Amino acid sequence: MITTDICIIGAGPVGLFAVFEAGLLKMRCHLIDALPQVGGQLSEIYPQKPIYDIPGYPEVKAQELVDNLMEQIASFKPTFSLGERVEVLDKQEDGSYIVGTSEGTRVHCQVVVIAAGLGSFEPRKPEIEGLERFEGKGVSYMVRNPELLRDRRVVLAGGGDSALDWTIFLANVAQEVTLVHRGETFRGAPDSAEKVFELAQEGKINLILNSNISSINGNGHLKEVTLVGKDKSSYTMEADHLIPLFGLTPKLGPIADWGLAIDKSAISVNTFDYSTNVERIYAIGDINTYPGKLKLILCGFHEAALMCQSAFKYVYPNQKLSFKYTTVNGVPAF
Amino acid sequence: MINFIVEDRNGEQRPVEVPEGIGLNLMEVLKASEYDILATCGGMGLCATCHVQVLEGHDNFPPVSDVELDILDTLPSAHDDSRLACQLRVEEYMEGALFRIASENH
Ligand SMILES: Cc1cc2nc3c(=O)[nH]c(=O)nc-3n(C[C@H](O)[C@H](O)[C@H](O)COP(=O)(O)OP(=O)(O)OC[C@H]3O[C@@H](n4cnc5c(N)ncnc54)[C@H](O)[C@@H]3O)c2cc1C
Ligand code: FES
Repeated sequence: MITTDICIIGAGPVGLFAVFEAGLLKMRCHLIDALPQVGGQLSEIYPQKPIYDIPGYPEVKAQELVDNLMEQIASFKPTFSLGERVEVLDKQEDGSYIVGTSEGTRVHCQVVVIAAGLGSFEPRKPEIEGLERFEGKGVSYMVRNPELLRDRRVVLAGGGDSALDWTIFLANVAQEVTLVHRGETFRGAPDSAEKVFELAQEGKINLILNSNISSINGNGHLKEVTLVGKDKSSYTMEADHLIPLFGLTPKLGPIADWGLAIDKSAISVNTFDYSTNVERIYAIGDINTYPGKLKLILCGFHEAALMCQSAFKYVYPNQKLSFKYTTVNGVPAF
Repeated sequence: MINFIVEDRNGEQRPVEVPEGIGLNLMEVLKASEYDILATCGGMGLCATCHVQVLEGHDNFPPVSDVELDILDTLPSAHDDSRLACQLRVEEYMEGALFRIASENH
């Protein structure tokens, strides 16, 4: 069990900055994110786009802002569980919470801060009947440990960068690699596309273009994948693994089941301190809503600061909070 | 006025009427007409949550740009008539078209 003062759900820009504001008040943070990297929408959707409305930065690339935030909070030594989705919030008798993830991680904390943005980034799933029955039994949407695919027959589906990159990587690991793509060209990274065509020519992978997966079959575990071409021809092949790689899209997910007041896929909060209707649970950034809400990074930062002033009483019930400028005290470190 | 028909995720079709020269893209018009479209990236052609199929009238449409194709390619169920609504300016060529809003997952 991980023990911390504040458990932050979501490591987007707002969750990251909350670590700083909490750190100034000597509160420690643990962050959990479904994505394998920090930065939320900024690093997942638009890492190379310039942002123009961060105070003090006439222009900053999204990924650069995330990197700077990580540098800014480093001295407060936040800890992270990445690639894990928060599933449950368990209230304890003393009022504290245990936060539980999809991977079985448990975090004991005094305060829960939901900085979940538009929801947790989840893989897009193709429409194949029975696909979910085989999840974890041959079907997965990301490659966590390539070693598990060694000497197996793997079918990848998709036309984006990650489909290309994994095809190239797995060509030397798996027994057989097949890439299925709806179109006949790849527009992602030209270098990777060229490499994939080369591997196909050398017979190191199977490249099946102009095709979609129409059905899958198996007995407990995946056994067969059936493809259908644009010309309606169909073809069935044996496979141990199917990995559809079609990018990620945010889903509200389990947040809807935690007894919080939800208004149009966002959590209603009190603008006094961004608390929710449940004591010790706060919501900041894109995930919250209140009259006049704007989904801006700048607004999320402000919310993080006010939230911490209020959360302090749960972490240090016997202390009085006195407000100090960073210019007066500098930035304390843990 | 430009008139076209929109089919929502439940298969229900409704006519939509837009004044000419309004200078909006189709995603903005659909959102303003209260259709349930995420448009996570706000119309930058990055998120594909504004995916629509052009069931009728696609022949009159401007061709798909590389950027648009790039993103459509990452979707599990894109079709030959798939477009990103945010990349389509609402103009005369849309007259009489039939759009289907793609399922949320796609
Ligand atoms: C293309 C684009 C351009 C933009 N341009 C600007 C701009 O110029 N200026 C501006 O101010 N804003 C801009 N925005 C908006 C800005 O990106 C958001 O306001 C900001 O990302 C919100 O930060 P956040 O930390 O609240 O949420 P997010 O960045 O959405 O991060 C939330 C994180 O929480 C995780 N999460 C959610 N639920 C769970 C769960 N159950 N378990 C684990 N993890 C979970 C998600 O995986 C995600 O990583 C833009 C957005 C887009 C898409
Ligand atoms: S709104 Fe994101 S791609 Fe159209």
